Amino acid sequence: MGWINSLYRSSVGKKSIMAASGMLLSLFLFTHLLGNSVSFMGRDAFNAYAEKLHSMGNLIYIFEIGLLTLFLIHIITGIILYLENLGARPARYSVNTSEGGRSWGSRTMPYTGAIIFVFIIVHLMNFHFTDKSVPVADMVRQLLGRPVLGLFYIFSLLAVVLHLSHGVWSLFQSMGFNHEKFNGLLLKGALVFSILVGLGFILIPVLALFSRSFLL
Amino acid sequence: MSEIRLTLKIWRQQGPDAPGRLETYESGPISTDMSFLEMLDVLNERLTLEGKEPVAFDHDCREGICGMCGAVVNGQPHGPEKETTLCQLHMRHFNNGDTLVIEPFRARAFRIEKDLVVDRSGLDKMITAGGFVSVNTGGAPDANAIPIPQKNAEEAMDAAACIGCGACVAACPNASAMLFVAAKVSHLSLLPQGHPERARRALDMVKEMDELGFGNCSNERECEAACPKGISIRNIARLNREFLKAAIFSNED
Repeated sequence: MGWINSLYRSSVGKKSIMAASGMLLSLFLFTHLLGNSVSFMGRDAFNAYAEKLHSMGNLIYIFEIGLLTLFLIHIITGIILYLENLGARPARYSVNTSEGGRSWGSRTMPYTGAIIFVFIIVHLMNFHFTDKSVPVADMVRQLLGRPVLGLFYIFSLLAVVLHLSHGVWSLFQSMGFNHEKFNGLLLKGALVFSILVGLGFILIPVLALFSRSFLL
Repeated sequence: MSEIRLTLKIWRQQGPDAPGRLETYESGPISTDMSFLEMLDVLNERLTLEGKEPVAFDHDCREGICGMCGAVVNGQPHGPEKETTLCQLHMRHFNNGDTLVIEPFRARAFRIEKDLVVDRSGLDKMITAGGFVSVNTGGAPDANAIPIPQKNAEEAMDAAACIGCGACVAACPNASAMLFVAAKVSHLSLLPQGHPERARRALDMVKEMDELGFGNCSNERECEAACPKGISIRNIARLNREFLKAAIFSNED
């Protein structure tokens, strides 16, 4: 297992681990969105979906532990990389001008990451470590219908969009995939993916805040 | 020929451990036909005549091919022109009355020797670590004995265009040297002569880069935008590929 150790110690290895964990987390996000979309089909469908999910028993626990591990790997590696990068230029420039390579997404990666981390904790406190006997549709309406929490969700999900707008393209580059023929498709595809996923999620707090009939 | 006058804020630092600061100078009349380094020469002539210490800066060929010159002008390594070294940057790209802040390339792995002069020997150390091919001498092989696709030769040449100036490190928000290492790894791995040592090379050069204290690549793409030779980050993806292949599948450690 020495090779894993030396892989993790190297800069390129750490980036590939960020990329692989980021890819799996993006896939999770996508399936989470598919699940959430059931809420647009009405109250009964959404409650039945949640019921079905909870009845899967141990499978859910295994999945949750896997997810937690992925998050921890992504967050801890991200923090190590952030600190190493700060240390690589102890004296800063007096004038900072972009050459035109950076995007809003790439510039803010550590900060949007931190926002997402706080968001996940708030999200889990509200929906995971809570009384599961309340039907999920009511939970969503009650919690996300509160202006402060609903707006916090929308804000955090915008941070997710920004994070993904760089991350989804970047993960291919970090794993060595960069091809003249597919670069345009990849860049645009990554942007479209992050915006669509973001909008899909944001629709839920927006409906909970402004729609009278959502999940009723 | 027209003339412009500039306000220059130049980083002055006596030695590696001395504190540095930006000093302000008036350029006096500068011909727009001058190069950036000639503008600094004019300033230095005047400072010398006034009995002051001239600004130390690196330069050699002044033709844009040696990689010796380079400073950060208003936050951009080699100044604002694309694919242009500082010595090939002409003063016609600036306007009368502009203020230019001129700083040395900054990175933990690049020690400031004096003013704008920076020790970039870290780049040489990475080449020594693996940026070569080992060929035992013998009879000269026939030129076309090993067929190389034209596209590979072109791509290898594009990567080999790196002049080792260090602008990629200076431009990177993380002071990473990935574009430099990627250019050399790409140059050699695209050609059959580089194949026998490709795994060893990728591992050793990345290891050396990490030990020298360069940062990690976070795909900000600033390096390729700053590179005076227009080297693409496609080479960084190739380095990632070469490294991961070597680290996971090769028998090298």
